[in-house]
Amino acid sequence: MKRVQRCQPLLDVLRDPACMAALALRDWDLLLRQAAAAGLLSRIAVQADKLGLTTGIPDVVQPHLTAARTLANKQRQAVRWEARRIAQALAGIDGPVLLLKGAAYAIADLPPAAGRLFGDIDILVPHPQLGQVEAALMLAGWHTQKQDDYDQRYYRRWMHELPPMTHIRRGTVLDVHHNLLPETARIRTQAAPILAAAQALADPPGLSIPANTDLVLHSACHLFHEGEWGHGLRDLVDLDALLRAFATEPTFWSTLLARAKLLNLGRPLYYALDCCQRWLHTPIPANAIADCPHRPPVWQRAIMRNLFDAGLGSAHRSCHGRLPKLATFALYIRGHYLRMPWHLLLPHLLHQARRRNQEQG
Amino acid sequence: MKLGDLTLVQLRQRLTDNDLALRTGPFVTRIHSPMPQVADGLLRLYADFPLDTGEFRDFHVRVGPPPGLRRWLRPQINFWYDGHSPFKPLPANHAFALLEWGLNWCVAGHAHHYLMLHAAVLEKNGRAVVLPGDPGAGKSTLTAALMLSGWRLLSDEITLVDRDDGLLVGLARPVSLKNASIDVIRQAFPDAVIGAPAHDTHKGTVAHVRPSADSVARVGEKARPAWVVFPRWRQGATARLSPHSRADAFLHTASHAFNYSLLGGLGFELNAALIDACECHDFEYSRLDDALRVFAELAA
Repeated sequence: MKRVQRCQPLLDVLRDPACMAALALRDWDLLLRQAAAAGLLSRIAVQADKLGLTTGIPDVVQPHLTAARTLANKQRQAVRWEARRIAQALAGIDGPVLLLKGAAYAIADLPPAAGRLFGDIDILVPHPQLGQVEAALMLAGWHTQKQDDYDQRYYRRWMHELPPMTHIRRGTVLDVHHNLLPETARIRTQAAPILAAAQALADPPGLSIPANTDLVLHSACHLFHEGEWGHGLRDLVDLDALLRAFATEPTFWSTLLARAKLLNLGRPLYYALDCCQRWLHTPIPANAIADCPHRPPVWQRAIMRNLFDAGLGSAHRSCHGRLPKLATFALYIRGHYLRMPWHLLLPHLLHQARRRNQEQG
Repeated sequence: MKLGDLTLVQLRQRLTDNDLALRTGPFVTRIHSPMPQVADGLLRLYADFPLDTGEFRDFHVRVGPPPGLRRWLRPQINFWYDGHSPFKPLPANHAFALLEWGLNWCVAGHAHHYLMLHAAVLEKNGRAVVLPGDPGAGKSTLTAALMLSGWRLLSDEITLVDRDDGLLVGLARPVSLKNASIDVIRQAFPDAVIGAPAHDTHKGTVAHVRPSADSVARVGEKARPAWVVFPRWRQGATARLSPHSRADAFLHTASHAFNYSLLGGLGFELNAALIDACECHDFEYSRLDDALRVFAELAA
């Protein structure tokens, strides 16, 4: 059985939330477990509420949905609050400050925000302003976590972001990016067009989010360069929600492909479209996939599909395929391989392994 | 069917086959475990609890050895919540204590349809007393003693407040005793059923007291909050209630709650209504029988 059929009933519900109304009690048992493991329980709970399905849902299931909605509301409120603090801290910075991913969806009230849970907050700033931004954030209480010189050097020399900054009182974590991908990555992209096309927000003033096409491209490039896939399906659901919403703009697909070409992000976009269509039945015009720039050669597509399918199904046992550990390991190695050339990567992995050993011993 | 209707052999088989669903108050937990200590502990402490035969379970947990070669060198145990392990492995002879902590974690981490306070709660004559307590304050000892002298136990660790009516919801799970309090309860209540102690845990020695049959039978009855009492055990102290400010009681319960801020405005309203409905007291004591007399007068 193919994995895209195996991960049921979760996939059916993600494809068409209305089918929740017809689930048997034993399906609910598995659905709640799959959804919770994938970080999607709150999303399903919010959708059930929006569709007015809650009266038809069994009594024993209701508390779980209520709890999940409560959690999502709290997180949404916390992200809004945090965004205002960031806007305040960075009010004096020249050039746009962009919220990325979850924070962008929440503040701009985009479709993936409904019932989405958040981890860290990500922002993107112009590279020349990085020093100013870091200083302003430190003044407002964010500090890089305790890390050794190696970590500091690793981030500042090779990565596309500062080491994660933690707020001294609230404990919230902020990732400050100056590009979408590391300096050392196989694929080179550029942040300037994304900064230039940013859409300013009315509330909180001073913050922006990427243009619609760039939201899609960033989400795709983040997911398909990732080495850890615990949130893979959640991120694919983000992509699905963005694509369904933006597809109503008449020139969306052609703009998206042109933009992918310009930013050199056709490859992750191709993978995103392919996985969205197969896993979530996202309506995508055939020529958007056929004309996608930088498509992988045909022989690679089947291999990558298998690998991504394993990653997307990794959250819960009922969605695992054959050899789940081998596939997650391969994805982990791939994630690192895409980040850095071998001559940098091997010493880095050795250093990390040695450190893990020391911490355990 | 009750758990105690099974023989130990049957219970072990069902735990090994992942075929045991235990109802504790509003929650049904499917427990999977090959560990003999888990079967022994459940039969000793949960015999009065009903088994659930439905198709829906709130929590799916497993207590068993972690994978790998290490199990042959130094036997260990871990807790899994539907395939995910939130804790670090422990020595294998802590299996039952780990199940108890795991069950607390399941409720505290997921049941956000309630306001969850970190407090014990018992009921007498239709009125409930909420006992918040810092570690070492003697909260669990007092809870066990009250339960063993006729108060109905709702919970010794997590007070569940219903979001619709503000009433308190029971779990009636065993009371966890630590260190010296195990012997204090054994001596004061020789008939109390106490599980096998787990030594050298991060909380010292831990043992659990079987909940009274009345507490388990009436676990579905919600209780109306009447008192919030902050207990403190102090050597040589005379058992005595003294007024505790409502404002401070509010702040204390809110800041020690499992999900107060997660509930936002609702958390504030529920906690405020609870404190408004209660008399708030500090309670110092050194001898259990004096303490029980003070509580008997309180409930009279």
